[in-house]
Amino acid sequence: MLKQVHFKSSALPYMLVAPQIIITLVFFMWPASQAIYQSLLIEDAFGGNTQFVWFDNFIELFDDDHYVKTFVRTLFYSAMVALLSLSVSLILAAMADRVIRGTGIYRTLLIWPYAVAPVIAGALWAFLFYPTTGIISTALTKIGYEWNHQLNGNQAMFLVIIAAAWKQISYNFLFFLAGMQAIPKSLIEAAAIDAASPAKRFWTIIFPLITPTTFFLLVVNIVYAFFETFGIIHVVTKGGPANATETLVYKVYKDGFIGLDLGGSSVQSVILMVLVIAMTVFQFKFIERKVEY
Amino acid sequence: MIENRPVSTFISHAILIAGIAIVIFPIWITIVAASHDAARLLQVPLPLGLGDQFFDNLKYVLGKGVGDSAPLGLMLFNSLIMALMIAFGKIAISLLSAYAIVYFDFRFRMFFFWMIFITLMLPVEVRIIPTYAVVADLGMLDSYWGLTIPLIASATATFMFRQTFLSVPDELLEAARIDGAGPMRFFFDILLPVSRTSIAAMFVILFIYGWNQYLWPLIVTTDKSMVTIVMSIKGMMEALEETPQWDYIMMTSLLAMIPPVIVVILMQKIFVKGLTETEK
Amino acid sequence: MSHIQIKNIEKVYPNGYKAIHGISVDIEEGEFIVLVGPSGCGKSTLLRMVAGLETITSGEVSIAGRKVNDLEPSQRDIAMVFQNYALYPHMTVYKNMAYGLKNLKTPRDEIDRRVSEAAKLLELEELMQRKPKQLSGGQRQRVAMGRAIVRKPAAFLFDEPLSNLDAKLRVQMRLVIKNLQTRLGTTTLYVTHDQVEAMTMADRLIILKDGIAEQIGTPMTLYDKPQTRFVAGFIGSPAMNFIDVELTDNGSSIKLGKNKITLSEKLKHTANIVTMGFRPEHIKLDENGPIGLKVLLTENLGAESVIHAALAGTDSPITIRLNKRINAKNGDILKVSVEPKKLHFFDTQTNLRIN
Repeated sequence: MLKQVHFKSSALPYMLVAPQIIITLVFFMWPASQAIYQSLLIEDAFGGNTQFVWFDNFIELFDDDHYVKTFVRTLFYSAMVALLSLSVSLILAAMADRVIRGTGIYRTLLIWPYAVAPVIAGALWAFLFYPTTGIISTALTKIGYEWNHQLNGNQAMFLVIIAAAWKQISYNFLFFLAGMQAIPKSLIEAAAIDAASPAKRFWTIIFPLITPTTFFLLVVNIVYAFFETFGIIHVVTKGGPANATETLVYKVYKDGFIGLDLGGSSVQSVILMVLVIAMTVFQFKFIERKVEY
Repeated sequence: MIENRPVSTFISHAILIAGIAIVIFPIWITIVAASHDAARLLQVPLPLGLGDQFFDNLKYVLGKGVGDSAPLGLMLFNSLIMALMIAFGKIAISLLSAYAIVYFDFRFRMFFFWMIFITLMLPVEVRIIPTYAVVADLGMLDSYWGLTIPLIASATATFMFRQTFLSVPDELLEAARIDGAGPMRFFFDILLPVSRTSIAAMFVILFIYGWNQYLWPLIVTTDKSMVTIVMSIKGMMEALEETPQWDYIMMTSLLAMIPPVIVVILMQKIFVKGLTETEK
Repeated sequence: MSHIQIKNIEKVYPNGYKAIHGISVDIEEGEFIVLVGPSGCGKSTLLRMVAGLETITSGEVSIAGRKVNDLEPSQRDIAMVFQNYALYPHMTVYKNMAYGLKNLKTPRDEIDRRVSEAAKLLELEELMQRKPKQLSGGQRQRVAMGRAIVRKPAAFLFDEPLSNLDAKLRVQMRLVIKNLQTRLGTTTLYVTHDQVEAMTMADRLIILKDGIAEQIGTPMTLYDKPQTRFVAGFIGSPAMNFIDVELTDNGSSIKLGKNKITLSEKLKHTANIVTMGFRPEHIKLDENGPIGLKVLLTENLGAESVIHAALAGTDSPITIRLNKRINAKNGDILKVSVEPKKLHFFDTQTNLRIN
């Protein structure tokens, strides 16, 4: 943590951390504590009286069938995005690691989607699947499959998952490839001498050795799907049809800024914070373990 | 690869090319759509090759904007300012705080570290409403400061620079001390130049992060002159026409992705190194 | 007056670990002092305390007549060469050497003059515009020394400067450093774990063990009259042989198995059993010798041979070094003798020298 060789205390370190600490306090600590405070209050309809109600708001929220459904839907959505994106990038990285020539070119071509904003990714895929004219949707209609994600909830969910996973392929690919290339060549050669076929080598040597990377990416992908794909959902489906693609973050936004229910929305914010802190701790444990290598 | 098996090499390349085709396809279609006129994009089947309207579309959106939006030139400018302010702001405050945490022994060091750390994975989306309230109270709505400063308060960069600094050999500081360099001189003369790879990688990551911001700008800006290009897409797709004006939308999408894509591709080596070596 | 004075200094870490237990030494101007000892003995800590990179818990260090305990490293008028050289990777050779002078606000032409002078001395002139990455290990080492020289400090401090070089280069650089130091006449403290390096370079050695100075003296004093069993074993290669023997005849001879060896002078000691030490190179083949050795392994090195043996009838290992080839089979019994003057005696309890 601290360098063995370091400077003695003075006013300087306080001045150095001050900008970040002030911003953190004003734009993070204060709002977060406000959210927590508000989540413990109820306000009557005319905005006059507030009452401290402890965890009543939370209990009420989890009694709400609609919220629980959104919660479960978000978990499903995140898991699917992570699974789809991770498996595609794992295959591509394994191939890129195998070929001798062209790894650099493949990487350059695969890196693009990382730079594309989620909302733009959403727009791209929405265009491809646009019910009346989209290239893929019309092709599907031709082979007899009716596509209209504006009406069909399952199709809508499928579309946002594809768009979200597509954008994350680059990131996962880079990490998988770096992880695989960090494995000493001699290890793979030893396995080859031990008569392990390429496929067997992958599953018995390479895959186990990149477990830390996979694990790290799993957490990153879930967090990504939870929080960063708001733009995709907002532009592709607006959470619809009939809430079929509404996630927790989307609901916070909808209840808070469209519904103007600030109290209810801060309860949801607090739940999201708890989730994220749990994942942070989880992640940190992982980072600590990495350091020991 | 150890064996020299042409067949399996061929299959590997084939899978990679297929994968790239899938990944690149939406981007290709974007370019195609941006090069046709609106009428052509309503006729099924849609074209798969380039049309001749590319520069007309480009001129139109840059100058006039789509529907009742601001001209795209202004939006690109706003996006650039936002991305640069976020990238430079974060890098500056994070370098300073990481320096303090790694190189100084002072009271509350660990307290500060944890306070910063806890913001590591808390994206703005989670605390969006109360943060909005703070920004509104401070009168920073519809300003570049309101757009950027709340996004600067996250710990990714601090955490990464901390890792970088920890890997700098102790002897460099000792040698600098014997050479008569005080804390700030060591920071500027030695530590920053030595960490320049990490700083560059962080710049790429943060530039993209800043450029691609969506929800936050959507909330804190109402003034049309503050709109960024990334957030303009939504409005265009909901324009009053029955079907979206795909030619302009796709042209806008293209313009919105070009700057970050260029940054990533040009700085690919440094970026990959920074991303994979330090975020783990 | 001595140039560097170390008075009873101690180092205690915050966790209570005591790394240095009260060491005192006076170093004359121009002297080359080597701190040597096994890893973890505190030699680097001691050097770093002189440099100002570690705080001094108690005691006093003065350099050129000035107490430096509370001075910053840069104010102590010293220069240091690190084990991994610690060259600034982003600066050219020239800038690496000039950096310290620049911080001292030395005029530009003075910096230029001193750097080119040092470059000439170290044959670095061709490399001035290169970055450390573009240099070989030996060249980096010379740049690190150049950085120290340009400062014209009161003392050079070296922290295992040669341990990252290969064996051949190490021997070369040993000469370079020693010659340079003689020429500049700068007082030098040099840390190493390599006893050959220590013996060949030092005017005086400080042998450290567990934070205690076991003995301070010239290389030959240490070889001829080691004051402790540790020093006796540490200096010399192969290491000195030790066996416990019984004193007889009122201390004028010792009993070794059935044989007696008469000593060159009477040994006054209270205990009956003492540890006797003798160097492998001081053993002679002698058909009438009092010591019988059973050969375990013979290493013929061409000009000399080293025999690993056991004292006949016991397991005590004995090593012999002879200046000739020998045909000894494993299991052979060799008769040997040692000149009584070349025997060293140590107390079995305190490990201190008694003759």
